[in-house]
Amino acid sequence: MDRAATSEKIAALIEPFNKKGIAISDATSFAGDLEFDSLTVMDFVAAIEDEFDIIISMNQQAEIETYGQLVDAVVKLKG
Amino acid sequence: MTDLFSKFDPLIQMRTDLLSTGVTDPFGLVMEKVISPTVAMCNGRETILLGTYNYMGMTFDPDVIAAGKQALDDFGSGTTGSRVLNGTYAGHKAVEQALCDFYAMDHAMVFSTGYQANLGIISTIAGKGDYIILDIDSHASIWDGCKMGDAEVVPFKHNDIEAMEKRLKRIPEGAGILVVLEGVYSMLGDIAPLKEMIAVAKKYGAMVLVDEAHSMGFIGPNGRGVAEEQGVLDQVDFVIGTFSKSVGTVGGFCVSNHPKFEIMRLVCRPYVFTASLPPSVVATAATSVRKLMHAADKRAHLWENSRVLHGGLRERGFKLGTETPQSAIISVIMPDLERGAAMWEALLHEGLYVNLARPPATPAGMTLLRCSLCAAHSAEQVQTIIGMFERAGKKVGII
Ligand SMILES: Cc1ncc(COP(=O)(O)O)c(C=O)c1O
Repeated sequence: MDRAATSEKIAALIEPFNKKGIAISDATSFAGDLEFDSLTVMDFVAAIEDEFDIIISMNQQAEIETYGQLVDAVVKLKG
Repeated sequence: MTDLFSKFDPLIQMRTDLLSTGVTDPFGLVMEKVISPTVAMCNGRETILLGTYNYMGMTFDPDVIAAGKQALDDFGSGTTGSRVLNGTYAGHKAVEQALCDFYAMDHAMVFSTGYQANLGIISTIAGKGDYIILDIDSHASIWDGCKMGDAEVVPFKHNDIEAMEKRLKRIPEGAGILVVLEGVYSMLGDIAPLKEMIAVAKKYGAMVLVDEAHSMGFIGPNGRGVAEEQGVLDQVDFVIGTFSKSVGTVGGFCVSNHPKFEIMRLVCRPYVFTASLPPSVVATAATSVRKLMHAADKRAHLWENSRVLHGGLRERGFKLGTETPQSAIISVIMPDLERGAAMWEALLHEGLYVNLARPPATPAGMTLLRCSLCAAHSAEQVQTIIGMFERAGKKVGII
């Protein structure tokens, strides 16, 4: 799957967690812009993991702050 | 200069706001005198203790006290050294033997606290390239053990067997896996479906560590914990426990049947690079652990207390953390921190101490009044406690 297709899928998965309907770009940050708390992060990460059949460990999550970084990480994990 | 403390400003503000309402600081209570495992003097008032982890009431056991005094006389006040250098006395070996006997396991390793036992065992056995799969509601000491080590850390939703299995399934072939679970989760007092979870963990070739801090002495036919109760203790690779709850003193441990377990004493840094427990502490612990092997009557009374309090609070309209009493912890869910603190204070005025628990220690941002029962609470005390809750709850407007 290329980056654009991955990005599209992730954008759809964010929808239910994007309570304020923030416009998503590569620079959108999860903590700052989307105001994800730790419980939301857990549910959101689980949704991504299930969709792509991957593991995003806490160690990897620590490196991911923005939407763009998440898309890159998923593309890389999918190989 | 950047003030390194500015990161604490939101918390400082929250505390200031809370205290400005005039409420007593819930985190500044002093016990002026301790009368028994269930009664202390607080602010000059005799107070029933319902927020300690003294589940089996061992802190004033005459045999336990006598053993401690004897060890003080015979071995002095402290060891002034690490377990692997000058800090292993006869008493340290004796308490490890008591644990081997209590759990019917081959190896026992005693740490200075339960916190350090989790920190040390988890960070040492799960290394680079290994995976730790753990419940999201795990105790801080488990999280810190994960953080200190080099393994990949993967949490799953609380007690969710399917979520755990999904993650295990995706781990790369050949990687080492440690699944970390607790018997009793101390915030809500709920237990884990260990039988099912351990079966799944084993299916994927994982080693299993279970923290039984809040079950020792009264859950399971021999008080070995939830894994024993559910008949799967033989499949647990590492049990973590503490002396700071049912045992009634301080210290932590890991028991295991792993044939190579003893090497831990040389490679586990929170074991090596700290002083060992004082002789009086290991003597009280050994005596207490051995007495807990024969405590069927106390166990039965503790369960009776748990059932009566759970039923009584529920009947009076309080919202509880579990549908049924599953452990010696009964958690009362508060609508918010303000009313939680007000209720805590009202109870203190009634002469009752409970634990106020708030985020981040609690799941889902809840404010909880945690009640932990003791085998030494009399049936009469439990009724008194229910009455205090009812009056305080009405005063604060929670029921
Ligand atoms: C689940 C759990 N594990 C470990 C510990 C740590 O025990 P200790 O008080 O011996 O450090 C606690 C106690 O707070 C606990 O609740």
